[in-house]
Amino acid sequence: MIIDTTEVQAINSFSTSESIKEIYGFIWMFVSIFTLIFGIIIGVLVIVWLEREISATIQQRIGPEYAGPLGILQALADGTKLLFKEDLFPSRGDIRLFSVGPSIAVISILLSYLVIPFGYRLVLGDLSIGVFLWITISSIAPIGLLMSGYGSNNKYSFSGGLRAAAQSISYEIPLTLCVLSISLLSNSSSTVDIVEAQSKYGFWGWNLWRQPIGFIVFLISSLAECERLPFDLPEAEEELVAGYQTEYSGIKFGLFYIASYLNLLLSSLFVTVLYLGGWNFSIPYISIPELFGINKMAGVFGITVGIFITLAKAYLFLFIPITTRWTLPRIRMDQLLNLGWKFLLPISLGNLLLTTSSQLVSL
Amino acid sequence: MTIPATRKDLMIVNMGPHHPSMHGVLRLIVTLDGEDVIDCEPILGYLHRGMEKIAENRTIIQYLPYVTRWDYLATMFTEAITVNAPEQLENVQVPQRASYIRVIMLELSRIASHLLWLGPFMADIGAQTPFFYIFRERELLYDLFEAATGMRMMHNYFRIGGVAADLPHGWIDKCLDFCNYSLTGVVEYQKLITRNPIFLERVERVGIIGGEEAINWGLSGPMLRASGIQWDLRKVDHYECYNEFDWEVQWQKEGDSLARYLVRIGEMGESIKIIQQALEGIPGGPYENLEVRRFDRAKNSEWNDFEYRFISKKPSPNFELSKQELYVRVEAPKGELGIYLIGDNSIFPWRWKIRPPGFINLQILPQLVKRMKLADIMTILGSIDIIMGEVDR
Repeated sequence: MIIDTTEVQAINSFSTSESIKEIYGFIWMFVSIFTLIFGIIIGVLVIVWLEREISATIQQRIGPEYAGPLGILQALADGTKLLFKEDLFPSRGDIRLFSVGPSIAVISILLSYLVIPFGYRLVLGDLSIGVFLWITISSIAPIGLLMSGYGSNNKYSFSGGLRAAAQSISYEIPLTLCVLSISLLSNSSSTVDIVEAQSKYGFWGWNLWRQPIGFIVFLISSLAECERLPFDLPEAEEELVAGYQTEYSGIKFGLFYIASYLNLLLSSLFVTVLYLGGWNFSIPYISIPELFGINKMAGVFGITVGIFITLAKAYLFLFIPITTRWTLPRIRMDQLLNLGWKFLLPISLGNLLLTTSSQLVSL
Repeated sequence: MTIPATRKDLMIVNMGPHHPSMHGVLRLIVTLDGEDVIDCEPILGYLHRGMEKIAENRTIIQYLPYVTRWDYLATMFTEAITVNAPEQLENVQVPQRASYIRVIMLELSRIASHLLWLGPFMADIGAQTPFFYIFRERELLYDLFEAATGMRMMHNYFRIGGVAADLPHGWIDKCLDFCNYSLTGVVEYQKLITRNPIFLERVERVGIIGGEEAINWGLSGPMLRASGIQWDLRKVDHYECYNEFDWEVQWQKEGDSLARYLVRIGEMGESIKIIQQALEGIPGGPYENLEVRRFDRAKNSEWNDFEYRFISKKPSPNFELSKQELYVRVEAPKGELGIYLIGDNSIFPWRWKIRPPGFINLQILPQLVKRMKLADIMTILGSIDIIMGEVDR
């Protein structure tokens, strides 16, 4: 978090030595990082539970109900089971690549959480190139998938890894172009500024209304980046057994599983920030802002409401990817690449052109 | 510096007998060039149980429990053809009511088979949810079957000269309710699946078979009808009492996987129409031609009396097959199911040759997948609708 200078001075008033001030700064940094990581892990557990309950409802059955009340602890139970499994290595695979592959996928996604704002000052790193940090770092994830696929010494894994890499690369460009249009609208690439630019008219100030085409392209591209159905060909069960995850067992497989849901949470938080107005209360012209001083971020209550609103919007948006996964069939690989290059890329370029021309006209 | 020329080797992938796709134990050795399929070789035999050899040592009544294990999803058809063969051999008449009951059971079994084809077909394409929806309706069918025959799936119901037991009281009303519910189910599938653009892209123009080609390969059933040839054995052979009902043969012209899908969905609707007409018009009368139940020993032995009825297993009725040969066929949901029977003046047949529709239809698979992508293999295999129990016997 950005360290508020008044707080540091308050701490300073209690001690005069430089080293203690530095140690306090150091510890504060770690506290904020671990708070965010803790929050993300809980968020992933919630997504897993939500997905299982929604898919059960769509398929007319009951989801988990034995692990904890309403099956809340099911994801923890699955993770614990995976911890106890034997850690297998393929006999003639490349051991180093095999072991490092899943970690790279997870690390690159975790690093992207640096730039998500939960409040006006609640962001781990308010970089002026905020959203582009996400796009560039998440491009490292396909390298991890390729490493896992190649190091498994297995034709299915290799095919799956190649497919995953091709898919990720194809859908990054429409994603980047949509984000570029948003930055144009908000005159900045920093996530905090993008949310601020949507705060003026409440509900009607969302970028969703100013960029409808961009929203749809972003939705499709981020589903493809997360490798969720309808784009989950790299791990298509029926053809490739389990794609690049075939040879994995135990906690390394758990890492892939977590990486998939982390990516999903990241994408939906970015949709919230870029298109749905971030932490703003978004009901326009209500007297509540004056009553509670929300827009002025008064005190802890304002900050809590901001975090709550961001998470609520992200989770309400998550219903869309989850129901899409259990409704639509899978797209074939060549149709997927066709969709990315020949359909989404021209549309996102057109969207960028429209945005640029509207900015020129309005100036 | 010379750059070494890369050797392009084709990748041979073994989609082994044990795989997550729901097609039974079929092993495919696929030669790939990246994503394109160059060749595909199916290897069968993982479920071979020697059904034809076993038939040479069983009487017809003793053999009936075996036949439901050929096509375990459309069990009434295998039973029907097992009793049709001796009936036609010896010219046994089937009472009218028994014929109506048989037609109702056969059409219910056809609906069940098409439902359980649809689920794995959609699951292979990627949509996991229809798999759960079809089991809703199949469970209702299981309940109906259990009330009439005693078993949910492997009913031992057909007998030479009729059926084993009459329908219970109230079964007809329950069956009519099921038909009404099933119509809404078919409409739901149409709404969810048939107009879905992703589904259409996966399935249209994939695995095209021409009409001439279909006849040359000996295909039958929905594969033949989807290629433009209106050949339905129920209309051609006039067996049982299908003539008395008003129904159409479902057929399409294109011959791709979408056409086969549409034919099967249409057949489900037609079956419901037939069942409704049969239920309205079912006559009274006997349900089995009891004169056929011959016994091998003297009729008035004291051990067959009322007082000894719980002592031991009574011998099953035997039926002597005269020394003739005969080919019987029936329109199973997968195609033309046939039995070539050579009798031997004894209670055991001399040769019981099964013509399974899945085995003959599977032969066209290597040709169909030749220029397709890897993901299309599953689509084409699903649309051929094979079941390994009858392919391997």
